Amino acid sequence: MNPGMEGTPPRILVVIPAFQEERSIGGLVRTLREHYPYDILVVNDGATDRTSEAAREADATVLDLPCNIGIGGAVQTGFQYARDRGYDVVVRIDGDGQHEVDDIPKLLEPILENRADAVIGSRFLGETEYRGSIPRIFGIRFFRLLVNLTTGYRVTDPTSGFFAINRSLIEFYSHHYPSDYPEVDAYILMHRLKSRAVEVPVRMYARTEGKSSITTYRAVYYMVKVTLSFLINCIRRFG
Amino acid sequence: MNRVTLVAICASAGFLLYILEMVRRRKLREEYSILWLFGSAMILVLSLKQDWLVGIAHAVGIVYPPSFLFLVGILFILLILIHFSIAISKLHHMNKKMAQEIALMKEKAMDGASGDPSIRR
Repeated sequence: MNPGMEGTPPRILVVIPAFQEERSIGGLVRTLREHYPYDILVVNDGATDRTSEAAREADATVLDLPCNIGIGGAVQTGFQYARDRGYDVVVRIDGDGQHEVDDIPKLLEPILENRADAVIGSRFLGETEYRGSIPRIFGIRFFRLLVNLTTGYRVTDPTSGFFAINRSLIEFYSHHYPSDYPEVDAYILMHRLKSRAVEVPVRMYARTEGKSSITTYRAVYYMVKVTLSFLINCIRRFG
Repeated sequence: MNRVTLVAICASAGFLLYILEMVRRRKLREEYSILWLFGSAMILVLSLKQDWLVGIAHAVGIVYPPSFLFLVGILFILLILIHFSIAISKLHHMNKKMAQEIALMKEKAMDGASGDPSIRR
């Protein structure tokens, strides 16, 4: 709960959910290895390409899910691993090179100083190069409003999948985490746990390989599903 | 007994027997057969006892009694579909948990087999 304050250095795990990322995952793992001493866990969400092998060749620990269970389920498996192995902090980063590896210390700092339970990287704080399509910007504004009104968290980037969490949230998320599109829902879960969530500015890039899990025709489904599960989570019990 | 009554009785009795046979052969689990059995039994009873059908229909304010039969049928189908949605959701959850458990166990097994935690291939 209070990493870095008991003398022993905090144990940090980088979790990378990956599905059909054979071309980018190896490079990402190697870059992480060069920059940081942290353990790296790739959760292969039932990919049929060489994602798992590429991650192993780059010397990451790999969890192979026997079938595709959705990105939220894959990330949750990473949290379960972190919980079982007693990690203090989990950093979650995309496997496709969208998130800037150099920004990881910014995510860790507030947690290590015990100023936050969750730190979420925002592409909209500070000067930003990010240009999204009009529907995407609309969606982000909508979720921003939804999160602000229901939880009080003043977020700028509610769909960001680049974040770090401490032990309290690792434990909670390993029991409760949505199967797909989990980022917006996570704010309700954090709110329930009275977690301290802060945003820090990070850089995000257009994808280098593969394609976004959110295609145009899925965008409407995404909006409806996330809004519904968000509202349901408002009235749900977490045992 | 008119012809339409005979057809209704034969059809609902045949359906009831078919469901029972499926349960007997273990092709349909008992818990999933309850709603089917109950639904087809009800249709059978209402085809046999048409004065009951007319009585109930009039009691709830339905002028044309056979449309009450349709209502009962549709309500059962709705119930069964909701039942399926719940069952699928439960299976979905169980499937997810099992996949996660397998992935964690596989990693642990490989980790243990190599003996040295730095070698994980």
